[in-house]
Amino acid sequence: MLVPPPPIWRAGETLGEQLAHAGVSRRDLLKFAGRMATLIAMGPLLPGQTAAIAETIADKLASVKKPNAVWLQLQECTGCLESTLRAGHTSIEELVLNMVSLNYCELVMAASGNAANAALDATNREPHILVINGSVPTANAGYCTIGGKSTETILREAAANATAILAVGSCAFDGCVQAAAPNPTGAVGVRDILTGREVVNVSGCPPIADVITATIVYVLTYGRTPPVDELGRPLFAYGARIHDNCPRRAHYDAGQFVTSFSDQASREGHCLAHMGCKGPDTFSPCPVIKWNGEISFPIQAGHPCLGCTEPHWFDRNTPFYHALPNIPGMGVESTANKVGAVALAAVGVGIAAHGVATLVRRHLRSDDDTPPSSD
Amino acid sequence: MSTRVVIDPLTRIEGHLRVELLAEDRRIKDAFACTTQFRGVENVLVGRDPRDAWVFAQRICGVCTFTHGLCSIAAVEDAIGYPIPVQAKLIRDLMMRTILIQDHVIHFYQLQALDWVNVVTALKADPAEAARIGSSLSNWTGNSRGAMAETQETVKKIVESGQLSIFTNGYWDHPGYQLPPAVDLLAVTHYLQALTFQREMIKLHTIFGGKNPHPNMLVGGMATPINMDNEWTINQVRLDQLKAIVAGTQTFVEQVYYPDVLAIMGFYKEWFDIGAANPNLMALGLAGTWGSGDPNLYRGNRLEPGLLLDGDFRKPVPFDLSKIVEYISSGWYDYSVGADKALPPWQGETNPNYTGPQPPYEWLSDRPKYTWDKAPRYGDKAVQVGPIARMLLAYAQGEPSVVTMLDAAMAQLGIRLEQMNSTAGRTLARAMESVLMAREMQAVFADFAGRILNGDTAVFNPDKWEPSSWPQAAKGVGFVEAPRGLLSHWVQLEKGAIKNYQCVVPTTWNASGRDPSGQMGAFEYALAHSKQHPLTDKDKPLEALRTVHSFDPCMSCAVH
Repeated sequence: MLVPPPPIWRAGETLGEQLAHAGVSRRDLLKFAGRMATLIAMGPLLPGQTAAIAETIADKLASVKKPNAVWLQLQECTGCLESTLRAGHTSIEELVLNMVSLNYCELVMAASGNAANAALDATNREPHILVINGSVPTANAGYCTIGGKSTETILREAAANATAILAVGSCAFDGCVQAAAPNPTGAVGVRDILTGREVVNVSGCPPIADVITATIVYVLTYGRTPPVDELGRPLFAYGARIHDNCPRRAHYDAGQFVTSFSDQASREGHCLAHMGCKGPDTFSPCPVIKWNGEISFPIQAGHPCLGCTEPHWFDRNTPFYHALPNIPGMGVESTANKVGAVALAAVGVGIAAHGVATLVRRHLRSDDDTPPSSD
Repeated sequence: MSTRVVIDPLTRIEGHLRVELLAEDRRIKDAFACTTQFRGVENVLVGRDPRDAWVFAQRICGVCTFTHGLCSIAAVEDAIGYPIPVQAKLIRDLMMRTILIQDHVIHFYQLQALDWVNVVTALKADPAEAARIGSSLSNWTGNSRGAMAETQETVKKIVESGQLSIFTNGYWDHPGYQLPPAVDLLAVTHYLQALTFQREMIKLHTIFGGKNPHPNMLVGGMATPINMDNEWTINQVRLDQLKAIVAGTQTFVEQVYYPDVLAIMGFYKEWFDIGAANPNLMALGLAGTWGSGDPNLYRGNRLEPGLLLDGDFRKPVPFDLSKIVEYISSGWYDYSVGADKALPPWQGETNPNYTGPQPPYEWLSDRPKYTWDKAPRYGDKAVQVGPIARMLLAYAQGEPSVVTMLDAAMAQLGIRLEQMNSTAGRTLARAMESVLMAREMQAVFADFAGRILNGDTAVFNPDKWEPSSWPQAAKGVGFVEAPRGLLSHWVQLEKGAIKNYQCVVPTTWNASGRDPSGQMGAFEYALAHSKQHPLTDKDKPLEALRTVHSFDPCMSCAVH
């Protein structure tokens, strides 16, 4: 039995209708939207607010037509897609697969070779969401080719008609490990190639699965990409430093530090700053969202944060087990906080993460389609 | 007149693989495996703090994540002579077995199954029949008629929507698909259930390493403290979670994964006669065996490291690590000693020099160099590594658990030992060792928990943490029996920093191109050596995918 090639759109059908056809109930959609509401809002929500926001997101999701998607893997290790497979809550991944038609993704697609390239070419000709894992080698195109084409060509062809471009993972952000000195292949991130295009950077090595899916849902919900910091990272996930939300923060404030991975302080869960923790210098929602179904995150499991959501972390943050400069233990609160103040000022958002959450909630309550402005 | 066939991208693998074939009369006459990505992680590691090396090395691969980190740490600990506490070793053992099984399950269902299972045909199945077949295979609770009907409804809606998503342009009308529709439906149901399983199972990594992919580790032990009286550490809550994960893992591989592979390969018995690779197999022991230094000094899972050579699968030959060398005769590299010479990994060089055509290009393999993969050899032998090597080596040494299981499977399928070196045999061996790993995990976890009960909570040895305690110059090697076979990292240290770093990875062995004497690596050999490998339709190269996927290729590992 031969399956006919799919039309790009099922004319006239909304995503809500598509989901209903696909057996996804309104209740399932609300559950998913509720999860996304807490994620996008970041800060604590009042009782009842989650449900209201979930309704709004569910309504918006249901009215979107099912878009096509292309998911490229360039110069990378597949860790970002593996992360996506581990999305924390049951059925979220299935729902995301049902919300978009993922017509090209080397890791999971049935077709290979010419049939795969035909699917890519057909999707590239129409509007689609583009997700990219991996970097582009600039020293020699021969360092990474796919289907006999250069990585840069593959990227440019997929980007031409893309309606949203999401660079997912540290490789797509800035080249990650292969861009570390001496950067043997001249690896660069997506925004260095697609200059002049809006690129959302979902940084991390890999990023948390829920952040990846939430970024896609944000695009579908609001019909635009989320507000970002000066590095292109969504504020809903990268608006606060790990240090701000760290469960070990009280020990930092009290001057209780681990000084060896075998000392009593390590067994009491004290602060890892002296062991090289990059939490004070790293914008990431790890302590809030956590990993793999909210089980834990690196600092909770006893290892210092490596700072993998930050630019050029393999050069900037090494040696990993050396304490950050200017974080000398006691009385450093002001010094540490300068990191955040500078970054926030740079993006012209003179507010803390909770401020962003407030704006998102206000935006949702008013059902206003204009983006939340910074105030 | 032979026809050129290109498969690029060869999908449902890790990384970027291009396969170039010459086909004639629906048979493959020649094959070239071209790895088309290079990053240079070995070169980035030079000059770094060896305690940081695992973070870099782990990024070689996000699929067998943890594996390269562990191998790096084993090599560094060997170089500086760094003993670790028993509990740290047990934590690493648990994490290693977790990634082995999780990786094997994802490989079979998400990456390999669509070569054998026709999603569209599943629509024709009677859900009750699928449930009945499932129940005849095991007591798995997910085999209800309702579960089968739900899967069928999901597939139906996707097909009817006209947007086939990841099933777009699949080879669903290919005559090579031979499963009864009810078995297709059963397998698609398990495809979806495997996604749920792997999400749950990987939480073991999150508990010990804080995240997955790329969990955290530590030279000198592990960073995860054990303290039964603290809420942030390994305590009773965590032990209960771990116990449930370990039990659930055994249930899934015994009741779903292994019975599925046995049943499905039973419908494709001719594939035990297709895809034989180099009849030289090499392993250190069972899956998950790892250690610092010469593997002959530690015994992996009761077995001796060894090889089975020249098709004699009953007589193990001792392993000698000094025989491991790498050639670059078909790879885009230069060696200071000359392109036709081999280098042992401690003296290894990674000098990339791309001499292939600039993209876009049509064909690579009409030049001597056509891949980024180096060609590792054991002495002058091209060898095959992976689950098949581990299982057959263990069988040859009379390991009781392996002998019992393999004998039963061969009797059920009506095949001989020699037929295990095949596309179906490699697939079966992978599922088989997953069952053994899952049972071992129970024992390792019991040991770990029992030691905690006896007050053994040390996970880190501080004695050699400071570089001042290290030798001025040292070299070390780490070995891991990784998901795809024998992995080794080779490090040289000087004045507290990395002087040289080389990785010889399972897929480096299996995906290698021709060496100076013209020997093919395992992918090429399996496709082309017999000159009888089927290729029914060059536009739908389903049979070639089956054989290449049977190795579970990991190209970002092979070339790093």
